[in-house]
Amino acid sequence: MTCVVDARELRYRYPGHHEALCGIDLRVEHGERVALLGPNGAGKTTFMMHLNGLLLGEGELEVAGLRVGKDTLKALRASVGVVFQDPDDQLFMPTVREDVAFGPLNMGLDHSEVSKRTEQALGKVRMMHVVDRPPYQLSMGERRRVAIATVLAMEPSLLVLDEPSANLDPRARRELLEVLETIDRTMIVTTHDLPLAAELCERAVILAAGRIVADGPCHDVLADTELLMAHDLELPAGFDLGAIRRRPRERSAAIVHEHA
Amino acid sequence: MSGLCNHSLELTGLAGAPDSRAHHLDPRAKIVGLLSITIVAVSAPLEFWPVYAVCLAVLGAYAAVARVRPRDVWRRVRVVLPLVLVVGALVPFVRKGGAAYDLGLLTAHAAGLEVCLAVSAKAIIGTLSAALLGMTTTFPAVLRGLEALRVPRLFVLIAAFMYRYLFVIVEEMGRMRAALVSRGYNPRNALQAGPMGRMATAMFLRTFSRGERVYHAMLARGYDGTMPQLVPLSFGRVDAGFIAAVLLVIVPLRLIEVAP
Repeated sequence: MTCVVDARELRYRYPGHHEALCGIDLRVEHGERVALLGPNGAGKTTFMMHLNGLLLGEGELEVAGLRVGKDTLKALRASVGVVFQDPDDQLFMPTVREDVAFGPLNMGLDHSEVSKRTEQALGKVRMMHVVDRPPYQLSMGERRRVAIATVLAMEPSLLVLDEPSANLDPRARRELLEVLETIDRTMIVTTHDLPLAAELCERAVILAAGRIVADGPCHDVLADTELLMAHDLELPAGFDLGAIRRRPRERSAAIVHEHA
Repeated sequence: MSGLCNHSLELTGLAGAPDSRAHHLDPRAKIVGLLSITIVAVSAPLEFWPVYAVCLAVLGAYAAVARVRPRDVWRRVRVVLPLVLVVGALVPFVRKGGAAYDLGLLTAHAAGLEVCLAVSAKAIIGTLSAALLGMTTTFPAVLRGLEALRVPRLFVLIAAFMYRYLFVIVEEMGRMRAALVSRGYNPRNALQAGPMGRMATAMFLRTFSRGERVYHAMLARGYDGTMPQLVPLSFGRVDAGFIAAVLLVIVPLRLIEVAP
C-alpha cells in the first residue's frame, strides 16, 4: 500500500537561523487524519510548507506518490491542498466564486468543470450562499470555510490545515469541526487546539524543536499529561477526553481500500 | 468586521437600480465611454465651454438611465472634489494677467480666474465620470474590463490586490489606532506625531510580510504568473451602440471647436 506522506530524515534551515527541522521521519497512510501538535516555533508550519514544495529541505520527502522537488511542483500543488492560518492570506480574489475557481483554473480544467467543482466545494463547506460576495464581507468563520473550499475544489489527495480553529468563536469552531468531519480526505492538521485534535484526528504527532517526540493514537498522546507539559501543551482545565464520543470511521476504511 | 471599516469604505459598490440598462452594459463599453467624456472635457479649453455643458448633459442622461440618486452621486464626489477645487481656487491669486480684482489682503486676476473655472469644470466632469462608473459597475467587472482592454496585466493585478487588501489594511489601522488611543495617546501638535510614523512603519512591515504569505498561498494553488479568468465578457450591439452614441455626441463638438 502506498502512503500519502513519507518523510525520511527531512531537514531544513532558514537562511541565517538555527535548524527548523532536524531530521523528521513521518509516514501518513491514506485516509488518516493526523494532528501535528507542538508549541510555537516547533517547526509545524515549516514542515507543512515542505508538503507542497513551498520550501525544499534536505533528506527525502514523498507526498501523494511524488518525490518533492522542483520538477514535480505543478503536480504536487494539485495533489496537496494547503489551508493557511489567516484566511485573508488565502482569499485574494474579488469574489468568493473567483477565489474558489482560482486553483482549478490553474490546473487547466475547462470552464464547465471549474464551475461544477466550485459549486461542489462551496456546497461541502456549506457556503454556497456567499458565492458572489467579496471575501472581506464574510465573518472569520465563513472566511475559514471558504478558504477550505478553495483547496477542496482542486480535489487534492492530501488536505493540510494550519491552525484551522485560530481566532474562531465557539460557534464558528463547532461549525468548522462539523464541516471537517464530513470531508473524506487524508488530513494533516497543525494545531494548538487539543480538544479539536481529539475530536477530529485519530493520530497525533508532537513536534518539538524540529524533531518528532511523540507519535501515536490521538487519545493516548493527549492523555499523557507529563508528555504534554514537557512540550508546552495542555488540555483545557477539566477537559474530559473520555467524554468525546468518536464516530465510526467507515470513511477511512473506504479510502484505505480504494488506495490499497 | 470593525465599525471603522464599514464606515470608511461604505462609499464603494453599486448604487442606483442594479437591473438598469447602464448597469448591464459590458464594462469595456462603460470604461471607454466614460473615459472618452473625461478626455474630451480635459482637452477642451475654457472658451469652448459648451463642450463641458454637453459632457455634463451626457453624464446626467447616463445617471438618469442608471437611476442613480443625486444624493448618492454627491456623497461620492464630495470625497474627492473639495481637494481638487481647493487647488483650483488658489490659482486666481497666484496666476497674474488680465484685469485685477482687489479683495483686501489678496488680489485675484482674470487670467487665473479663467484657469480656475476650467480646472473646476474638468475636475467635476472627471470625478463624475469615475463616480458613475463605480456606481454602475462592480470593481471586479472594472478589472476584467481593463484586462480585456489590454491594460498590462501587472497593473490590473496591482489594482485588484489594492482593492482586496484595502479592507484588511483599514481594519488593521483601526486596531493599531485603537491600541494607541487606549494607552492615552492624544497628539496635540506636530511634535507628538512620532508614534504615527512608527505606526506607518509597522504597517509597511506587516503588509510586506502579508504580501509574501499571499504569494505563498497563490503558489500553493498552482499560480504560475498568469491570472486565470473565470467569466468571459460579452460585448454586444447595445455596448457598441453606447460607445457610438457617446462618441457621436461629444467628439464632433470638440473637433469643430464650438465657441459661443
